[in-house]
Amino acid sequence: MKGRRVVITGCGAITPLGMNVPETWQALLAGRCGIDTIKAFDPAGFSCQLAGEVGPYKFRDYLPKSYRKASKLMSRDIELSIIASDEALKDAGVTTQAFDPDHITLRPERTAIQFGAGLISCDLVELAPSVAVSITDGKFDIHKWGKAGMENLTPIWLLKYLPNMPACHVGIIHDIRGPSNSITCGEVGGHLAIAEAADIVARGDAEMALAGGCEAKVNPIVMIRQCLLKRSTSVSNENPEGACRPFAADAAGSVFGEAAGVVVLEEFESAQKRNARIYAEILGTGSSTNINPAYEHLEPDGKGIEIAIKKALAEAGITPDDLDLIIPQGTGIPQDDAAEAAAIARAMGDMVESIPAWPIKSMVSHTGAAAGALDVIAALEALSESKIGPVRNCDIKAEGCRLNLRHQGQERTIRSALCCGYTFGGQTAAIVLKKLEGYA
Amino acid sequence: MKERVVITGMGIVCPIGHDVQTMWDNLLAGRSGAATTTIFDAGTFPTTFGAEVKNYDLSGFVKNSTLHEHGNRGSKFVLGATVQACRQAGIDVETDPPSDGIDRERMGIYLGAGEGSVDNDVFFEAIVKGWKAQSNEMDWAKWTEVAHAGMTPYRELEQEPNLPAGHIALLTGARGETRSCLTACAASTQAVGEAVMMIRHGRADIMIAGGAHSMIHPLGVTGFNRLTALSTRNDSPQTASRPFSATRDGFVLGEGAAIVILESLDSARRRGAAILAEITGFGSSNDAFRVTDMHEEARGAVQAMQAALKDAGVTPEQIDYISSHGTSTTENDSIETLAIKKVFLEHAAKTPISSPKSVFGHLIGATGCAELITCVLAIRDQILPPTMNLHDPDPALDLDYVPNKPRKASVECVMKESFGFGGQNNVLILKRFEP
Repeated sequence: MKGRRVVITGCGAITPLGMNVPETWQALLAGRCGIDTIKAFDPAGFSCQLAGEVGPYKFRDYLPKSYRKASKLMSRDIELSIIASDEALKDAGVTTQAFDPDHITLRPERTAIQFGAGLISCDLVELAPSVAVSITDGKFDIHKWGKAGMENLTPIWLLKYLPNMPACHVGIIHDIRGPSNSITCGEVGGHLAIAEAADIVARGDAEMALAGGCEAKVNPIVMIRQCLLKRSTSVSNENPEGACRPFAADAAGSVFGEAAGVVVLEEFESAQKRNARIYAEILGTGSSTNINPAYEHLEPDGKGIEIAIKKALAEAGITPDDLDLIIPQGTGIPQDDAAEAAAIARAMGDMVESIPAWPIKSMVSHTGAAAGALDVIAALEALSESKIGPVRNCDIKAEGCRLNLRHQGQERTIRSALCCGYTFGGQTAAIVLKKLEGYA
Repeated sequence: MKERVVITGMGIVCPIGHDVQTMWDNLLAGRSGAATTTIFDAGTFPTTFGAEVKNYDLSGFVKNSTLHEHGNRGSKFVLGATVQACRQAGIDVETDPPSDGIDRERMGIYLGAGEGSVDNDVFFEAIVKGWKAQSNEMDWAKWTEVAHAGMTPYRELEQEPNLPAGHIALLTGARGETRSCLTACAASTQAVGEAVMMIRHGRADIMIAGGAHSMIHPLGVTGFNRLTALSTRNDSPQTASRPFSATRDGFVLGEGAAIVILESLDSARRRGAAILAEITGFGSSNDAFRVTDMHEEARGAVQAMQAALKDAGVTPEQIDYISSHGTSTTENDSIETLAIKKVFLEHAAKTPISSPKSVFGHLIGATGCAELITCVLAIRDQILPPTMNLHDPDPALDLDYVPNKPRKASVECVMKESFGFGGQNNVLILKRFEP
């Protein structure tokens, strides 16, 4: 990074594999799968009836008493981001107004908040009673909607679904008043939010930043969209745990899910000063774009990913020889996996066959805007504990895929790790993390 | 050494013009873009009007427009704006390989772009057919049957807010740092600000930055009407947007796209590009107060304005003009006035302030960049755009809002501010370019 050095001092997550980072990490190390038949609604008519869903949680436990009334303003995406942020800030050892108003250590105006967020789709069951009073002769009648239908809807309806709201609510709860952005780049929003937060700290506009992503994709509208675009698998409804098969010869599509992942970024010197545990340093980031008129897929050679990776490595000032782990997007969509693997292979050169690659979506599912944050958190844990979990559901690699995908977990020193990602619509990103000896 | 960042191209598609000069002429003449809503039948809605982009023809800008035929309204508007901006800046579009000598990996995209509309007919039909009113539950099998039969993959994909940026990549071949953000009404100001930072710190030589948004659709208007944020002056759409007036009753929903080409001074000089203005300051903050209201003491707005001034290294008395957020809502215009007073102190009364939203409406995510373009033109022509419809001044709002007609003035340095629903505040400082 240019400017000040930026490190990560806290992690928080709520995922289909666990209610926090330790549970999620243990599940990833054990190769467990969090994908199952959808419970949020009856998916019988869907070509893909599977999802990664977060288990039951008591949301009130994560809200300060004074803010509990605001919970009616919150969609599930917002709830997940609040839960993950709570853990991340506690993990970083930061005291906010929500934790203890008498001993606040977070500096509100010097703290930034950047989240990747998805297009938050409205809750159809919430909307339906309004639609139901707007029907004439069995058809939707917009004249009735404009009066009775609309009046039936809660006045604050829109505020539940604006993608900047996760960052707004978390900012209010913890009194975070520095720069705040919501990156709406689909499935690479989490990566890009962390990259932007790192820039903000590096350039001195904040000394600390909360960054990550959240998305609750287990909504019929979101799920049917993936079915229509043929991005989700339709062949594995009877075998949820084997459904998502990144880079495998028999991959047939992805499985989508819900999660939030949040990390605390901090200026290195300020982290040192308060003796914070340092997971890793953000050495470099890069982003680019994929150019393909078929916006739901990567371009066949994955060039946009290759450019992002090369930029991140150049900024980090390291070469592929220094990398000991790659966490790719690895969605399980065959043509996208092939393009991503080709891009990584070109960026890594001959090293591609020796650096372990560990796609985690076969376990945690594809959680959209949260995905990049979960990848970064998995990499941080791997760097800290010198462990990589098994690659699940890739029994035979797809033809031409040169990634080093191992069925067995391994213990090894990990000096630096690369996370890369992309989204429908084109944007790509890469982040390089380096372990700092003596600070873990 | 930080790079200086200049503007070398501008483009706009908005309710009062599909090019920069037409927009500017109409803005100075105070010709409103508001009229009865035609995009959908809003006849019974609390608000029956808006500021629509009318008679827009993408093929007038883009040769291969079939490549973008599925694009949402925002995507189509932003393509036209990008073509205009690139043409002015000397950047090739729709050419592979380009002959402009620009390294595509050093040219990025940063948009503050909004979501596309749902596919209304099938969206509502599926709910009508699926909902079981007696038991208050959805028959998902029924819903799915209708949705599956009626929804089309591209129409669904185009609702995603990052698609406009994808269309620009396809149009221009830009492969540099690319992002899209959505911080409500502050989005494109934030996009421009963060894009400036990318160039300043060496991440890119050129950024195609701006915004695109249309919320003139049934659910969009429903959302704002329920919040009582929109003007309901249905008998007089053209005078409804009246920022800083005592009789203001909400904003007028507009739509459109605006793009600026940001470039390092080095790159602009190397290419011999004409420089339109320099962006020297960016400030960003979060209210952290309430998602429904701005902070009563304008805490976040003040912080962002002060950060931008500090970043630009200027003091309030050096600001010749403030291009306000000026939405025409009771709350915004009061809090914004308070913020200006707190930051500008005794200079507040001497600094002219106006709101282009009085003429072209509130373009939501696209609005900040559209207004930024009017700031560049104010510097170019030494004239301040007016705040129209300001015939009943609010006694509590006692600053100089440039009421009702444009004004000749010496304009060298300008502040552009935008405040988003939820509390994201973004402020830019720009000035006449001096070598």
